[in-house]
Amino acid sequence: MTIAIVDYGMGNLFSIYNALDYVRASPKMVKEPAALQGFQGIVVPGVGAFGQCMARLSLFQEALSRARQDGVPIFGICVGLQVLFEESEESPGARGLGWIKGKVVKLPDSVMIPQMGWNGLSIKKHVEMLDGIEEGDMFYFVHSYYGQPADGSVLVATVEHGVTVTAAVASGNVFATQFHPEKSGARGLHILENFVRSVKC
Amino acid sequence: MLARRVIPCLDCDLQVPGGRVVKGIEFQQIRYAGVPWELAGKYYQDGADEIVFLDITASHERRETMTEVIKRTSRSVFVPLAVGGGISSLEQAREVFNAGADKITLNTSALNRPELISEIASHYGNQAVVLAIDAKRRYALEAGREVVQTESGPCWFECSYYGGRRFTGVDALAWAKKAVSLGAGEILLTSMDRDGTYDGFDIPLTDAVSRSVKVPVIASGGCASPDHMLEVFQKTQASAALAASIFHFGEWNVRDVKDYLKKRGVVVRI
Repeated sequence: MTIAIVDYGMGNLFSIYNALDYVRASPKMVKEPAALQGFQGIVVPGVGAFGQCMARLSLFQEALSRARQDGVPIFGICVGLQVLFEESEESPGARGLGWIKGKVVKLPDSVMIPQMGWNGLSIKKHVEMLDGIEEGDMFYFVHSYYGQPADGSVLVATVEHGVTVTAAVASGNVFATQFHPEKSGARGLHILENFVRSVKC
Repeated sequence: MLARRVIPCLDCDLQVPGGRVVKGIEFQQIRYAGVPWELAGKYYQDGADEIVFLDITASHERRETMTEVIKRTSRSVFVPLAVGGGISSLEQAREVFNAGADKITLNTSALNRPELISEIASHYGNQAVVLAIDAKRRYALEAGREVVQTESGPCWFECSYYGGRRFTGVDALAWAKKAVSLGAGEILLTSMDRDGTYDGFDIPLTDAVSRSVKVPVIASGGCASPDHMLEVFQKTQASAALAASIFHFGEWNVRDVKDYLKKRGVVVRI
């Protein structure tokens, strides 16, 4: 079973590649939208600014939408979560994928920005992707903006950082984390294993 | 709420094939501690929140050895990896990021050319640029220095570079603020007075720097026991505490240190 890592030229994908390889997922970097077809699972990573990410990811928009409609499990990480929303305060005017209604907003000035470090999850909804993960388990975050879903039912987990911050969302076959599972030790690898299992089924 | 981080540091001598981890005392004597990726793997398994690699030999030929060390480590270690020592251009930073590093630390090269901070931050983000400051207490007060009260009287802190061999005349507190304004996303703050002494962190230094910048500060230098980590977390806003010798020579396991901190009310990842 093979999992595509969408390589749209935004930053360091070695970590996610190594982590998927470690959980025996045979990841492949995919640079061309046409090449996305046929994969059983898709990871959408993301670093940098929302607008820059969307400018490059928009090439993949059609291919990703088709995969989503075909029920292919899709996993967004960090800015890969934020691009699921409609827009972001970080890049006014740039359109996100819009799969989740709502916008991405900046963390409040009263806290350390970016939020950088390990924070404990408050689990809002049980989903298979979080099988084996418990309330308070810590994951590694690095971000300055966070998604605010219009419909709270997509919220899977949050963390506290001055405000309540979206840590994970799920909608149908799409799951995404604001934290980096590939940098979150054994528990992060466990979530990636859950993803690999959802791909196999 | 963010956890306080416990970070083992690997000082790497890359003059031997594959490199080796060593530990200096007060920036001088050297003691052999182990193979870099093996130690990194052990610390990861023991619960390290992040791992810092510092190339203490820092020269061009040896950078390849460091990228090999990082490549090997990043295949099986899944916490953030920071790499420093001798990185003096965006191109050199790219080599290290491409090997699997999440952050690079800059000291000498940033003091020589502060714009390097902005150049790397604009490509890789502020979170990827850690400014390392090696600070030494100066009790002879001068006009224009940021003075800090300590148990030994008022002092200012001078930045050192070239691995502690030369001094800059630069005020550490002023430099920390300037570096953050240029895009440094984190400060690795080493007390030269405490490094290798086993006397505990320099609390007044750590407190002063962590209150004067909004980015996370990693306290470093002098840690010999979990009690020293407890002290720095209770008395300052440091986000992380870094130690080398106490982990290298089997005195303390990372997990035991974190259990110790947690029992005493510090928020850590267990």
